[in-house]
Amino acid sequence: MAGLLKKTNSPNNAVYGGLGGWLMLPAWAVIGIFLVLPVLMMLVYSFLTKEFRGGVIWEFSMAAYDQFFFDRGLFGDDPPVIEWTYITIFWRSIWQAALATFFCLIIGFPTAWFIATRAGKNRSVWLFLITIPYWVNLLIRTISMKFLIRDTGPLNEWLIASGLISEPIHMINTNFAVQLGLFYSYLPFMVLPIYASVERYNFALSEAAADLYASRWTTLRRIILPTVRPGIIAGCILVFVPSLGAFLAPDLLGGAKNFMIGSLIEEQFKGNAGNWPFGAAASMILLSMVLIVLTFYARAQGKEGAR
Amino acid sequence: MRDIAVDILDLTKKYGTFTALRNVSLDIRDNEFFTLLGPSGCGKTTLLRCIAGFEDVTTGAIRLYGEDIADLPPNKRPVNTVFQNYALFPHMNVTQNIMFGLLRLGQSDAQARARVGEVLEMVQLTEFATRLPAQLSGGQQQRVALARALAPNPKVLLLDEPLSALDLKLRQAVRLELQQLQRETGITFVFVTHDQEEALTMSDRIAVIAEGHVQQVGNARDIYQAPVNRFVADFIGETNLIDVEVRDVSGGMATCDLPGGAAFTCPAAAGAKAGKGHLSVRPERMTFAKAGAALLSGTVARHVFLGTDMQVDVRLSDDELLTVRVQNSEDSHIPEPGAAIGLNFEAGAARLLVD
Repeated sequence: MAGLLKKTNSPNNAVYGGLGGWLMLPAWAVIGIFLVLPVLMMLVYSFLTKEFRGGVIWEFSMAAYDQFFFDRGLFGDDPPVIEWTYITIFWRSIWQAALATFFCLIIGFPTAWFIATRAGKNRSVWLFLITIPYWVNLLIRTISMKFLIRDTGPLNEWLIASGLISEPIHMINTNFAVQLGLFYSYLPFMVLPIYASVERYNFALSEAAADLYASRWTTLRRIILPTVRPGIIAGCILVFVPSLGAFLAPDLLGGAKNFMIGSLIEEQFKGNAGNWPFGAAASMILLSMVLIVLTFYARAQGKEGAR
Repeated sequence: MRDIAVDILDLTKKYGTFTALRNVSLDIRDNEFFTLLGPSGCGKTTLLRCIAGFEDVTTGAIRLYGEDIADLPPNKRPVNTVFQNYALFPHMNVTQNIMFGLLRLGQSDAQARARVGEVLEMVQLTEFATRLPAQLSGGQQQRVALARALAPNPKVLLLDEPLSALDLKLRQAVRLELQQLQRETGITFVFVTHDQEEALTMSDRIAVIAEGHVQQVGNARDIYQAPVNRFVADFIGETNLIDVEVRDVSGGMATCDLPGGAAFTCPAAAGAKAGKGHLSVRPERMTFAKAGAALLSGTVARHVFLGTDMQVDVRLSDDELLTVRVQNSEDSHIPEPGAAIGLNFEAGAARLLVD
């Protein structure tokens, strides 16, 4: 019985002969050159000594990691105490990214549901509309956002003109502005995978749930959400991970007070003030955090499947 | 007379300008195996979905044991459905699927589990209780769907072509099981199918539906032997439709001229009128006779071997082609192709239809 249930969609040996291994080559090349190699370079750089005008000296050093976690005083000879500056930045970034993911999910799920439940032709139109803003460069869009929400911008002017407020609401350089920027930048990354899941959803399941005395809420919670879960999780990862490392929105909309990891790393590689090993170390720490989150997710998925 | 389980009163269902169901009235009796039979697109599934509550009715009423349910949402109706492709919840195992409805009805976990055990035994799936739907064969999934719908002990069980996804052998076995299950549980079954054989073998009564309208309601024998109109005669089983000139209809009997001129009197369906008409005669109820000494005459066009039966096609003088079925046995006399032959009808076999 178990033998019958085995998936049989792997390439047929009789058809592809021994070609299988060679056909993998382009994939391995892309992964190797564009994924593994840069990460390895970052890893190596994070253990080198910094050169003052950017770049590195090829000499092993733990200084970058030390600087991230410990404060050894101005001259580096005090007993080490925990350095909170960067940990705080990381913590703020995680919080901001989590919030952005949450808002994208709250808005993205109904949007995806709406699109997926339209008639065939209209669906493509709606999907097309979702992608239109992405034809404009992210930098330009983020700067436009800045103009829209500044104290004398159109948003405040409309609100004042409509009589809802008398004084402009200060939005620029706040967490709210960063949230808005992240939400706006990454919303489609939530909508599209959820759309793909919902499109495959068998609506007879909702009818079956209703037939078995489930309310709409129960149907959503017990039937729909578990079935489209892969799409939701993919969307959350696709929003959370880039939000965590984002630097445009926090830089342009958040100002110095709302610094995030992305900006911190970016700064280390920009201009003369940079510190490449430190930037590389911060990147590696970020990467490890993301990997930890993904590992937890993968293990949770595994347990779910085994149940 | 048994209680009326489902009473459908003058129900009409429109989608925009398209009328899916037109003035449908039916009464489905308590503890009955009732089948809605018709070709695809005839509205039979729409009618079932109206009873389940998945479709709003445009006008008309649906009563369940006297209570008007037309405005109740599906989760408030004491009926359960076996869906065409089963619609099992893919992330839940067999037990969880069956428990779903029971828990929604407020049963405790222990009560629900006990009931799951009962229904699994009923459909002989006890050892599959912890499998996921994807780990079951089509036939097993179909039984889980059935168990899930039976578990809450619905007043009426609705079945939407539940056998159409199974292969022929399995389908025939499941037919008998379904019928038995209906007898054992005493639940009223409303079964939708386009397969006339399924309908004839399982049902207490059948409603033949075409173009959103009920054509005829009756038991298998009535519908097969006394179809009311041309559609029913043609859709249920095979039949010969013979062009006749109706001279007179009175007292349920019609007098008509057969092709070739012989006069003939036979029962007429209600509503048949004088003028051009059609006689229906089942192929197995035609008999051969000497040419010239029978109601019809023609020549044998060909033989088609069907195993137990032989189908003999006979071409009449006006070029009409009729089929006759004879059992293949040692002593049945089957005329050879090309032979001139006469045809008679068995007593009571011919019937004048409404076009």
